[in-house]
Amino acid sequence: MNTSAHPNIPSSMVSVGGGESRKSKATGNVKMSAKDVKVFYGNTQAINGIDIDIYENEVLAFIGPSGCGKSTFLRCLNRMNDTIDICRVEGKIVLDDQDIYAPDRDVVLLRAQVGIVFQKPNPFPKSIYENIAYGPRLHGLAKRKAELDDVVESSLRRAGLWEEVKDRLDQPGTGLSGGQQQRLCIARTIAVSPDIILMDEPCSALDPIATGKVEQLIDELSESYTIVMVTHNMQQAARVADRTAFFHMGDLVEVDSTDTIFTNPQNQRTHDYITGRFG
Amino acid sequence: MTNLALIATLLMIMALAYHMGLTRSRAVAAEHDVRMHSRPGYYGALVALWCGLPALALFLLWSFLAPQLIEMLVTHQLPADMVAGMSDRELVTFLRRVTALANERSVSGGGTSEELAAAAHMARLQTFENLSLVALMAVFAVTGLVVARRNISPQWRARNQVERVITIALAASSGVAIFTTVGIVLSMLGETLKFFTFISPAEFFLGTTWNPRFSTSGTDAQGEFGLLPLLWGTMMVSAIALLVAIPVGLMTAIYMAEYAPPWLRNVAKPIIEILAGIPTIVYGFFALIVIGPFLSNVGDLIGINIRTTSALTAGLVMGIMIIPFVSSLSDDIITQVPKSLRDGALGLGATKSETIRQVVLPAALPGIVGAFLLAASRAIGETMIVVLAAGNNPVLHANPFEAVSTITVTIVNQLTGDMDFASPQSLVAFALGLTLFVITLGLNVIALIVVRKYRQQYE
Amino acid sequence: MSITIEQRRQHRLMTIEKSLATRHRKEKRFRRLGLMAVMTGMTLVAILFASILMRGVPAFWQATFFMELYFDPEVIQLEEKPERASGESPSDFNQRLSAWQTQAGLVNWQVLIDRALEDKLSEDLEPSQLRDLRALLASNERFTLRNKFMDDPSLLGQTIEVKMLASANVDVWLKGNIDRDLADARQQLSAQTRAWADQLYEEGIIRNAFSTALFLNTDSRSSPASAGLAGAFMGSLFMMMIVIALSVPLGVASAVYLEEFAPKNRLTDIIEININNLAAVPSIVFGLLGASIFIGYLGLPLSAPLVGGLVLTLMTLPTIIIATRASLRSIPPSIRQAALGIGASKVQTVFHHVLPIALPGILTGSILGVAQALGETAPLLLIGMNAFVANVPSTPFEQSAALPVQIYLWQGNELRNFFEARTSAAIIVLLALMLSLNALAIWLRKKFETRW
Repeated sequence: MNTSAHPNIPSSMVSVGGGESRKSKATGNVKMSAKDVKVFYGNTQAINGIDIDIYENEVLAFIGPSGCGKSTFLRCLNRMNDTIDICRVEGKIVLDDQDIYAPDRDVVLLRAQVGIVFQKPNPFPKSIYENIAYGPRLHGLAKRKAELDDVVESSLRRAGLWEEVKDRLDQPGTGLSGGQQQRLCIARTIAVSPDIILMDEPCSALDPIATGKVEQLIDELSESYTIVMVTHNMQQAARVADRTAFFHMGDLVEVDSTDTIFTNPQNQRTHDYITGRFG
Repeated sequence: MTNLALIATLLMIMALAYHMGLTRSRAVAAEHDVRMHSRPGYYGALVALWCGLPALALFLLWSFLAPQLIEMLVTHQLPADMVAGMSDRELVTFLRRVTALANERSVSGGGTSEELAAAAHMARLQTFENLSLVALMAVFAVTGLVVARRNISPQWRARNQVERVITIALAASSGVAIFTTVGIVLSMLGETLKFFTFISPAEFFLGTTWNPRFSTSGTDAQGEFGLLPLLWGTMMVSAIALLVAIPVGLMTAIYMAEYAPPWLRNVAKPIIEILAGIPTIVYGFFALIVIGPFLSNVGDLIGINIRTTSALTAGLVMGIMIIPFVSSLSDDIITQVPKSLRDGALGLGATKSETIRQVVLPAALPGIVGAFLLAASRAIGETMIVVLAAGNNPVLHANPFEAVSTITVTIVNQLTGDMDFASPQSLVAFALGLTLFVITLGLNVIALIVVRKYRQQYE
Repeated sequence: MSITIEQRRQHRLMTIEKSLATRHRKEKRFRRLGLMAVMTGMTLVAILFASILMRGVPAFWQATFFMELYFDPEVIQLEEKPERASGESPSDFNQRLSAWQTQAGLVNWQVLIDRALEDKLSEDLEPSQLRDLRALLASNERFTLRNKFMDDPSLLGQTIEVKMLASANVDVWLKGNIDRDLADARQQLSAQTRAWADQLYEEGIIRNAFSTALFLNTDSRSSPASAGLAGAFMGSLFMMMIVIALSVPLGVASAVYLEEFAPKNRLTDIIEININNLAAVPSIVFGLLGASIFIGYLGLPLSAPLVGGLVLTLMTLPTIIIATRASLRSIPPSIRQAALGIGASKVQTVFHHVLPIALPGILTGSILGVAQALGETAPLLLIGMNAFVANVPSTPFEQSAALPVQIYLWQGNELRNFFEARTSAAIIVLLALMLSLNALAIWLRKKFETRW
């Protein structure tokens, strides 16, 4: 287990991932940090003790073969695993120096700070407007209608969806195309202005063009948000991530700048995966 | 020969035919040294079918037609002046007595000489008819057997034919359900139309007084048959029942689907299922001996006059009866809402109850409305609870603490005891039944369509 | 840009924190509401069962006389019970036997009982007190005595201990089911009878003993204490046999057709809607159908289990069809494809592979449907099954009662104090039958549950 957990090297993450295309907006401050996190489903251990730091405004990608625990770990970061009865999390995850699994920690507040976008777009069976307005309304963030309109518009703009839907805000969100739905879900998440956005394979259900749009959106969002994403698509990680973490069989094998992971991995398993020996 | 023995014999011959077909097909196969199209069993079955089915069809047709034919012949042979002197009704009674005598059953008063003569004639005809049926069936069966057996050849597609018969039999079975509906509609429509020859539809549907009097056919005292007090009573009791069942049932379903730990679910689900199966007569008795007196005592305490048997008693207990129905239907529908929707709301920081109220329930709404409609239809059609606990007081009033009467109660009241299908007092039961059928049909069809749409949405 | 977002985040955290307490309170309230609903339902059910058990269980024990009775040869003046002589034809013997039985019927058995009671009370009675005396015992008991003697004529001249049911009113009085302080005029027994009953109870001659009358006897008007469910039970049994024999094969056949063979078109769509709708048609409508078609048009006999069985069959059919279809639908298509793939015909596939797998589901659905039919009352009232029948029917064509209808009849009996308990006991019997059927269904489902 200790062979797999690589200490993170802050200096390496400042270097630009993928060379010419991406420019990291990361500040270098640790936003979130996990210490020896283990996850159990009933008696089966799914995650074997993971240590990782997540930096402010970086894009961090989790890659690895299916069933390696990357999604499970991602869902630990805003305690979505609480919704599964048999799931148990051990270890410590700290957000802004506060343990998110502390008994007095409020999960409602946590999830407002750490938003999540799922694999399959899941707009509510409500209008587009109501989909976006749901979060702010829920948390009492917009007192007046004008304020709410403002939040809805700016969120949709940030998600790059405003131009496409501004004339049909009262139509059901489920009527949009898959890519639009996913961007709607992203807009819904940023309407609460979280600090961190978790994305669980956000493009796996989308066609290449929609995928391109979402990737572009991720790049823009990293201006002001910390983004942690799971992807099964190595090229995607290479395109959008500042740093990449490789998971295998419940271990965090290696985490480094995306550049290093894809060109010069330190670990044999990472190398085998990157070069397509398995996965 | 009695019919039972006849059928038994036919079955035995069919078994024999099966065996003959079986051996014959083996013999043919050996003789030509070829592979038969089908396995021997199918040839056996086919020969048995050829042997049995035509004879059986003849038997059914015969049993249906022969008695009528015989009655016609007997009537024809009666002295013409005697037939002319009888009304239709008297003729029917006469024939019934004659039939009884012919079959050596005793009739009241022993039977007149004309009746005895006719009976003797009928008995002769019956013997003849019986013998010819047996003979004809034998001919049919043997012909079928011989023809089919001779037909056996390697090319004969026995399996396909047997399977076609099976498929037709299956299709015919599914027709029973259709015939039931048609039977319900036609029988009730027929009797209702007869009822409307006594009382005009307007009087029935718009009348505000229910006072049918006693069945006194022959007199012109007909009583008043206004539907509205009964309809109103039905609505009142059902509304009370739904006011009890919907909140409790829905909250139970929500708790079971969203909050209850698995062990509680495993225990509670079968219990709820069993509850839904408790006969309504038991609930009625419970209303009568426990809830009614209890409500009446409570009323005394707070100074309201609550009758032991009242709309409230019946409605409350009916509500208890429907709780498991509402909760298990709603539970199914709530658990069908995809988990991804819940995750979406929870991921934004909604609490569990916010997720349920603002996302899950709106998403499940059509299905839940469908469940409510089905519950309403069940409440409206419920009989035994209201018979025992509603008090049977067919008067228009809006006091739930008073006794009321409902459509179902009145059907029971009007149709138990003497069954005289010619008086409006009995026939009105069918008009009420048809009204009930139409109301529940409407609710059911809407509910089924709504629920179906809802299911498709999440498939 | 990043400053405004920072500000917004700060503002957001504060806003949410402020509202959190309220939101969690609401959450708790909602959750408690749910738990309350479950509790309400469970409590009501507990009350229902408790009240019926409390009333019904004592009814299985009845006030019973245990006393010596002298079969006085002076009262029983009978020839010897005829024995079949050698060379006598059966019909001759039967004639002699029935003549003897008629003679036995004419004996005044009541006198034997009266004397035995007088003995116990050690009082000389005025003739006027005979009425009070006879009110102690169930009036049917003299026939029980007669039957006992006819079975064993050697009892003549012997004194044996007999067990006889007290009358319903004595049972009510001794169990305290009537207010003992009520004035004489409102009591159902005379003061004398009540005093005797108390005396005999103290002396141990009347005891509360488990009674088989409820199970072995038929309904009785003249002697309520010995009224039982035997006739109703047979009636229900006949009806259930008809329901099983007709609705299961028909229901399974139509489900198989609709699910496996029928083309998906408008007609089958209508059949489907029609079946779902039939399942929700009020049961009383089926009663009307029975009254109009089976009795009015086909002229089948009133009150017969045959008609009841047919009506209940039509009512149960949709339930079985729906359950069978659900069971068939849960079988993955791969099973069918596998069978078709090795050259089985469609019919063979269905009968050899699909149906056996679906069997547990079909069985479960059928049992539940039959259980439901067993408890159904309303349609039976409309086809005359609420008539009073004092015999155990031996064929489904004879008049008969049924269990739920018997409950309905007893709850309406004017002898309230006695029949409230008796009805509850009958309900316990019915529920026990239904719950065991349900339990069987649930057990079957658990045992054969397959996950694909």
